[in-house]
Order: sequence, then structure tokens, then C-alpha cells
Amino acid sequence: MATILRIQTKEAATLRPAARRRSPGLFQLGEDIPRGAYLMIAAASFLLPIALWCFLSYSGRANALILPTPTHMVQAGIEMYRDGDLLPDIKISVTRIGIGFLLSAVLAIPLGILMGAYKFAEAAHEPFVGFIRYVPVPALIPLVMVIAGIDEPAKILLIFLGTYFQMVLVVADVTRQVPKDLLNAARTLGSSRLQVLFNVLLPATLPGILDTCRTMIGWAWTYLVIAEVVATSSGLGYSIMKAQRFSRADEIFVGIFILGILGLATDMVFKIAQPRLLPWAEAQRS
Amino acid sequence: MLSQFRSSTRLAAMEPETMPSPILSLEKLSKQYPTKSGPLTVLEPTSLTVGVSELVSIVGPSGCGKSTLLHIVGGLTTPTEGRVMLDGQEVTGPGAERGMVFQAYTLFPWLTVRQNVQFGPKQRGAKKAEREELADYFLDAVGLHGFRDHFPKQLSGGMRQRVAIARALANSPRILLMDEPFGALDAQTRTVMQELLLNIRSKERTTTLFITHDIDEAVFLSDRIFVMTARPGRLKAEIAVPFGSDRSPDLRTSAEFFQIRAQIYDLLHSEGQAVVDAEIAAGS
Ligand SMILES: Nc1ncnc2c1ncn2[C@@H]1O[C@H](COP(=O)(O)OP(=O)(O)OP(=O)(O)O)[C@@H](O)[C@H]1O
Ligand SMILES: [Mg+2]
Repeated sequence: MATILRIQTKEAATLRPAARRRSPGLFQLGEDIPRGAYLMIAAASFLLPIALWCFLSYSGRANALILPTPTHMVQAGIEMYRDGDLLPDIKISVTRIGIGFLLSAVLAIPLGILMGAYKFAEAAHEPFVGFIRYVPVPALIPLVMVIAGIDEPAKILLIFLGTYFQMVLVVADVTRQVPKDLLNAARTLGSSRLQVLFNVLLPATLPGILDTCRTMIGWAWTYLVIAEVVATSSGLGYSIMKAQRFSRADEIFVGIFILGILGLATDMVFKIAQPRLLPWAEAQRS
Repeated sequence: MLSQFRSSTRLAAMEPETMPSPILSLEKLSKQYPTKSGPLTVLEPTSLTVGVSELVSIVGPSGCGKSTLLHIVGGLTTPTEGRVMLDGQEVTGPGAERGMVFQAYTLFPWLTVRQNVQFGPKQRGAKKAEREELADYFLDAVGLHGFRDHFPKQLSGGMRQRVAIARALANSPRILLMDEPFGALDAQTRTVMQELLLNIRSKERTTTLFITHDIDEAVFLSDRIFVMTARPGRLKAEIAVPFGSDRSPDLRTSAEFFQIRAQIYDLLHSEGQAVVDAEIAAGS
């Protein structure tokens, strides 16, 4: 006991004070930083642009026609809500996303798994998808309108086209990345080929698929706005376009703000649902 | 007394009278993989038999075809030539009667420990009560009863391999095929796992074909050891390990243990050199 103590004091004495309790600093590759510091930086990343916005708009330095004050934006938002346009616009946009995204998920997930699991399915679909996905979606708009008109089906089709081809490829990749040994283990435990497919391959792809859905729904918002900006008379994208036509910068800001919040909310739903739906999965992205 | 412990090295098979009745026999198994620069011979014609309740190890330098051999026995790879006979029947694909434990962790992450162990019986449609009884029995055997409701991600590497062993045994396989099952574990855990395996074997007597490149592990666990040459792999020597089935950890420090170990070390050393030479030749 005494010797141990002696060694400790001796070591402490030889340590230079500066080296003894230096915080790791913020510039450590991949290392965690104190939680407080993290939250402060995160808050600042929001507050600084808002502060800048307040400063530029309230001080009158910015053209009010281009940059409204936060007060004006909130007022415009309340006004739009009272006029009864805002909620229906949100509703119709969310519905379009919901249907377009569901449609693409319902097709892309099973087909992607088939492509990842069976070479014949890969040969049948992957080269085609690989070609289509390099066609920028906006380039398809005229074609979409010829085929589906300008009503609801056109918008849903555009969201579908924007997400399906990416999704089916990612799901196929997720499936191919399931470790071969996991499938082999099942086969040596007596699983038939179908049992391997349904009892092992499918569950093994779930975390990756959920993750893919989370990424893809972000893209769905993008294609929704493209669809609504081009040709429509309802939805959040349309409300932004309309505001632009009447030079209502405050209403443009309301639209952008709501799109941002809805996008964030969908992402949060996935983030919260992931560990609850798949408590067994290894650490997921934040 | 001492002569009884003398090990024997020979290339021929053991004389029939000391051989337990064979359960598994590999008959001139060979494997070639097609590659861009022509066929690559990984395994030269290899024959061996494993008797009931025996633990037979195969040691060999890295890349000599050990896993390939075991995968062929498991029915996961088809041999280019030759065949595998289990209980007189030719192996044509994977099956529950040949349980396998892999070097990589292969527990199903979405199943709890208990559900993992029940997996095999469930696939063949065993009743729930029977399945759970089996699972609990084998989880007891590997000392993980207290972890039965954990998910694999909550377990250490050693625990995962214990569950993998329990999962394979719950199928009551005719033979257990183990491919460097403790290769990824640290030295202490590996020792514990080896003792655990001996302990289980003293109860279950499951015939086992064991791949390793850890000489100590092979000597400590095996009844017979085959040494393989560098790629293309073939059997170079067979060594009987005459320690019986009742082995204590003290065995590891006995003179007989060291003697057999030295013998295998010599056999492997030249092969290891061959691997390095081949790599250097290929690189230059
Ligand atoms: N599908 C394949 N195609 C071509 N070559 C292969 C294939 N599978 C394995 N090989 C080659 O066969 C050789 C033997 O592989 P194997 O995995 O059986 O070796 P091993 O003895 O288990 O090695 P290790 O000790 O590293 O596990 C290696 O050189 C490997 O590169
Ligand atoms: Mg191997």
C-alpha cells in the first residue's frame, strides 16, 4: 500500500502542471467533445443566422421586399392560416408525399431485395434502373405531363420517379451486404432456401431499409416541391410560387419555413422510431 | 507409462483396430477455383476419416484451404472432385446434421440469445415447449442462462461464440464443424472457451472437426491432428494426441504437451516459410 502511494506521488510530481489536466480541445479527429460545448455550437448554428436576419431586416439595411422581418413573416403566416389556405396546402402536400413515397417503397423494397438476393432479378432490373437514375427528374416533367396530365397523378408520379430508382438500388445493395456467413449459418442449421429468405435475409435487411426510407423521404420533399412549382394550383410549393408572383417575400418565407419544419419532423419521426422498431440493431446514425 | 504418451507421426492412416468406427469420411476431395489466370488449385486430393466422438483438428498456414475443406464438408461449397460421406451417405448440400460454428460472429442479431439457440429446432417445426427446453439446456451448458433474453449486440465476443456453439448443439448434429471458432478472441477468453468446449464434449461427445491455426489449441483439444501444407493444401502429417478425454488445464504445461507441440511447430514452420516466400515471389 505504502509503496503504491509513494509511486503515485512521485509520478504526480514529475507531471508538468500544463500536461496534467488539459481538456482534449475541439480539434480531435472523430473524438467526442463535451456535451455542453456540442449543444452550444449547435444552438449557435441556428441563432447566428437568425440574429443576422433580425439585424439586417429590423435595421432596414435589407430591402423589405426581399427580406421581410421575422415579425412580418409570423404575421403573414397567421394571415395565411386565417385565410384558410395554409392548412389545406400542407395537407395536400403531405398527402402527395405520403402516396408517392408509399408507392415507391411498396415496389422498391421487395424488388430491391429480389435484386440483391437473386442474380436473375439483378440482371432483369438493375441495368435499366442504372440508366434511368442518371436522367435528372426535372427532365421527365414534360413526359410526365403528357402521360399523367397535370393533376394529382402527375405529382405523385413525379415523386415516385424521383425516389423509386434510387431506392431500389440502395435496397439491393443493403441486401447484398448481408454477411454471407449469416445465410450459411442458417443453412447449416437446417433452413430451406425459402426459410433463409424469409427468416434470415429479410430481417437482416430491416435496419438498412429503414435507413433508406429515411433518406428517401427527404428526397421526396424535394421532388414534391419541383412538381408543385411547375404546374399545380395547390400545395406548399404552389403557395411559394403564388407569393412570388405577388412579390410577397414574407409569404415566401412562411412557405420555406414550413417546408423545413415538415422535413425536419419526418426525419425526427424516423430517428425516434428506429431504436423502438428495431431495438436489436447495432448503433444507427443520428 | 511414458511410451504410452509418445505421439506418432505418419502419413498413412491409422491402423484399423485403434480407429473408432468412422462417421465422416472425405474421399479424395479437391477444389479448384476458376480465376482470370487459369484455375487455382486450393485443395489437392484429400482423404481422411473421423471416428465417432472424436475431435479431429486441421492446422495449416493461412490460405491453405482449411475453410474451403470445412465448407465442403458443411455442404456450402461443392468439391471439384471427390466426395464427403456422412454415415455412409454422400453429402450434397448443407443440413442440420452437420452443425457449423464460424470464425465470424453469425448470431442472428434480431433474435434474443434464447431464440437464436432455438433457431434450428424451430426450422424443422419442433414444438415450443421442446424448443425452449433444448435452448435452456444448452444455454446452461455454455453458462449463459442469465443472458437468455439479451440481444447479441449486448454480448462480448466470447459470449457470442458460446451461444453459437449452443445453437449448433441444440440441433443434435451428428458432427460439429468448427472453423477457427475462437480465432477472434483474446488469449484469456480463448483458453476459457477451450476448457468450456472440452467440458461440453465430456457430456455430449459430439464428433467434431475443428479448424485452427493455434497449435496449443489443437493439441489441447484434439484426439488427432492433421497438418496441412501451404496452398495448394494437402495433408502433410497426422499426429495422434494420446491424452484421452479427461483433460485438465495442467496438461498445457506438461512435457508431453510440449513435445507434441514442438513436433507440429516444426511441421508448420517450413510451411509458413513457404507462404511468405510465395507472397514475396508474387509481389516481385
Ligand atoms: N471463391 C473463391 N475464388 C477464388 N479463390 C478463392 C475463393 N475462395 C477462397 N479462395 C482462395 O482459396 C485459398 C484458400 O482459402 P481458405 O479460406 O480455404 O483458406 P484458409 O486455410 O481457411 O485460410 P485462413 O487461415 O486465412 O482462414 C485462399 O488463397 C483464397 O484466396
Ligand atoms: Mg479460414
